Amino acid sequence: MSDLLNLDLSSAQKSLKNREISSVELTKAYLDAIEKTSSLGAYIDLQKDYALEMAKNSDKKINQGVAGPLEGIPIGVKDMFCTKDIKTTASSKILENFYPTYESTVTQNLWNDGAVMLGKLSCDEFAMGSSNETAAKGNVINPWSKTIPMSPGGSSGGSAAAVASRSALAATGTDTGGSIRQPAAFCGITGLKPTYGRCSRWGIVAFSSSLDQAGPLTRTVSDAAIMLNSMAGYDNKDSTSANLEMPDLTSYLDKSIKGKKIGIPKEYTQDGISQDIVSFYETSIQFLKDSGAEIIPVSLPHTKYALPVYYIIAPAEASSNLARYDGVRYGTRKEAESLDDMYELTRGEGFGDEVQRRIMIGTYVLSSGYYDAYYLKAQKVRRLIKEDFDNTFENVDFLLTPSTPSTAFELGQKQDPLTMYLNDIFTVPASLAGLPGISIPVGLDKAGLPVGIQLIANSFDEPNLISVAHTLEKSANFNVIAQGAAK
Amino acid sequence: MNDTLNLKPGQVKGDTGIWEMVIGLEIHAQISSKSKLFSGASASFGSDANSSVSLVDAAMPGMLPVINKFCVEQAVKTGLALNAQINNTSVFDRKNYFYADLPQGYQISQFTKPIVGEGEIVIDLDDGNQTTIGIERLHLEQDAGKSLHDQHPTKSFIDLNRTGVALMEIVSKPDIRSPQEAGAYVKKIRSILRYIGACDGNMEEGSLRADCNVSVRKQGDAFGTRCEIKNLNSIRFIIQAIQSEAERQVDIIEAGGKIKQETRLFDTSTGETRSMRSKEDAHDYRYFPDPDLLPLEFSDSWVKEIKGTLPELPDTLKKRLVNDYGITDYDASILVEEKDFVDFYLEAANGVDGKLTANWMITELFGALKKENIMFLNSPVTPQKLGELIALISKGVISGKIAKDVFSDMMVTKKSPSEIVKEKGLEQVSDDKAIMKLIDKVISENQDKVKDYLGGKDKLLGFFVGQVMKLSQGKANPGLVNKLLKESLK
Repeated sequence: MSDLLNLDLSSAQKSLKNREISSVELTKAYLDAIEKTSSLGAYIDLQKDYALEMAKNSDKKINQGVAGPLEGIPIGVKDMFCTKDIKTTASSKILENFYPTYESTVTQNLWNDGAVMLGKLSCDEFAMGSSNETAAKGNVINPWSKTIPMSPGGSSGGSAAAVASRSALAATGTDTGGSIRQPAAFCGITGLKPTYGRCSRWGIVAFSSSLDQAGPLTRTVSDAAIMLNSMAGYDNKDSTSANLEMPDLTSYLDKSIKGKKIGIPKEYTQDGISQDIVSFYETSIQFLKDSGAEIIPVSLPHTKYALPVYYIIAPAEASSNLARYDGVRYGTRKEAESLDDMYELTRGEGFGDEVQRRIMIGTYVLSSGYYDAYYLKAQKVRRLIKEDFDNTFENVDFLLTPSTPSTAFELGQKQDPLTMYLNDIFTVPASLAGLPGISIPVGLDKAGLPVGIQLIANSFDEPNLISVAHTLEKSANFNVIAQGAAK
Repeated sequence: MNDTLNLKPGQVKGDTGIWEMVIGLEIHAQISSKSKLFSGASASFGSDANSSVSLVDAAMPGMLPVINKFCVEQAVKTGLALNAQINNTSVFDRKNYFYADLPQGYQISQFTKPIVGEGEIVIDLDDGNQTTIGIERLHLEQDAGKSLHDQHPTKSFIDLNRTGVALMEIVSKPDIRSPQEAGAYVKKIRSILRYIGACDGNMEEGSLRADCNVSVRKQGDAFGTRCEIKNLNSIRFIIQAIQSEAERQVDIIEAGGKIKQETRLFDTSTGETRSMRSKEDAHDYRYFPDPDLLPLEFSDSWVKEIKGTLPELPDTLKKRLVNDYGITDYDASILVEEKDFVDFYLEAANGVDGKLTANWMITELFGALKKENIMFLNSPVTPQKLGELIALISKGVISGKIAKDVFSDMMVTKKSPSEIVKEKGLEQVSDDKAIMKLIDKVISENQDKVKDYLGGKDKLLGFFVGQVMKLSQGKANPGLVNKLLKESLK
């Protein structure tokens, strides 16, 4: 069995295609792995029978020679994606018994290409959080934890923990301000947030519409390329979806980066960053230099405003997006005498503290008298941040930054929301600018926890982002398996 | 006291003098679209509760709005018909508030950047004068659902069929000065909307509703504090509500009070307005650009293309009727008021006397329909049949008097006038010999009157004409009878 778990997505794809293994075998190996790692709490809904049924179907297709690109590959799905007839809660009590009658475009794309659905993965409630601690069903434990349970990061904490613990070959995530890249960094795996508009948002529970973007969490850059090939695509049901063809990303894996210009933003190496991360960052710069890239120091002067801007815009949109969870049509309802009382009870009990906090912040920054000072100002600064990137990308091809200021922290350690928000400091700017970013593991810090490095590319330049990420991945050659992973 | 009698429309007589009304209207017009503004669900009226509701309308998690291009076209068309500025870039905003029949918790509308900007229309007043009313803006928005509070003792029922249906909100400038002008303004807007097919204008079904902003002032003074009367769904109610609201405001001010800016409802049973919510209770809608939708953008050439599809509008049509069909200004105004009228008229008047057709349509047809309480569109007399009747009169086949009888018959039997004339043998007798026969008979039977006539009593000619017509059962050509009688009685 362990042999099967050792296969990454690209290798499994080949073995399945050559009929060296069957999808049922592979899927069973993962279902066993899920059982062995269940104490991590990554899965909140397991679809054992459905997975096996899909796997059987995939084997049939492989035998018939009509296999899709992901045929027979068992993956996990973040609970933000609506899945038809399968419970979808966004890790919230307010949706605890919600069964969509529809399938999100991104997951439908994956099933159309042959992927096998293992189950739904935990996340922060409505993807609001950086530690997966706001999930209604409880914490997820980082598989790298030794004696003290560590956070897997968030909000795609369940997805990252599942992939790192080898209880999913790959997983879907959503990233609003770092929710794919930060947990990927904490769990020692690859996390790719595509350009805003690359993947359809249709059928993904909305947190912040102008920022939300789906992407893959995988073991390798190659796996990320394969997953995004299937997930991405224009969707006329999402007005913000980009009507652009994306070339086969796997064909960019081995492209040389010789002569490519890598920008090193000075704003990303300030106080408060762990020394281990700084030294891995420096090593990574050297790796890319050694691969023939040109290293250019750059400045993105408005970076320091990114976090405050994000924590105005995202809650503002969320306060409106979450208004639909009112107990009237679906989800949890707490009966009361009047409509207003019903709203208060339903939303008071249905939403957790962090979600309520953000709804309140968002309501505040949009209210009359404060709109100009907060929301409008934040939008203006967001434009300046975008312009910083636009200007910089006239001179460089990519930006290299740390993914996070620290490695994984202990569960329950960060009680103060502001300290928690600081986790997203390196991932939020690219989100605000809608740019693609990838976090790849480059090593372990002194505590034995993975360190992630982020590469950011210009809009819709995922193909070249894959080339440079793959180059760095090869140089870093990070091949340690989490001790909490299934063997 | 004589002043009261001489008050002009829009004036209110108070103890301190004459007050003037200042009125602005917000018209909500439902776009005649098969599907809703942002979802593919049907927008038809009157289907079973919650049967035309898509996942988007029900605001299921992860659902996204997609703009209906047809509705955008209708808004642009309307903007062009209102002689208004078309904004090639406009933005959809979310208007946030909680209510059980608002599934998203916000209405998608346009706040700071509407699709249509300033424009103006000319309205016809009852005294024959015209006045220009400014248009402030036109924007696209979604309708909410419907709450039914009287179906269950403790629960409210929600019908989401209307949720997401496309509305245009047309906002006037505060240029209206009387309830009658307000009525004429709504009529004109409704007429334009029907001409271009953007809205069916059906006020009973709620396709067209108006909110009226009313304030009063002494002429020349600055605007007073206004109150908004919500959701009026007939022109009669609009006129009543404005009148009563203005009088209420004058009473308050003259009693030393102040007008509170508030939203009011018109009670159709009392004919008065009552407070709905005051400004302090007003929602903070927290408008912000809807991040699910890109700004709405289109090119000048697209607008030009749409302009090319605009039909002839009432104002130009009216001029054409007066110039080409020789009808009076007044008749033309009546005919262009409704697209259905003018369509009927143009078909009926095709190839026949236009002036006569207008007279018959306005006096006889409208009169008969009103008397019988028949909707214009259900008229038993078709344009083609009315035209035929006009032709029969013009050609002298029947007299105007007989034509009235034929018309009454047409109203009942829906038969063609020729058929009726033939069946009943009503053709006008224009044969000299046949008429002479009748004249001879009348003269021989009334020798004494002939003497009087020849003795100078010219007036008796009418008597002889009457007798001949009677003998002919009204079928004799009256002109011919006159002429032949005069000759016979020389």
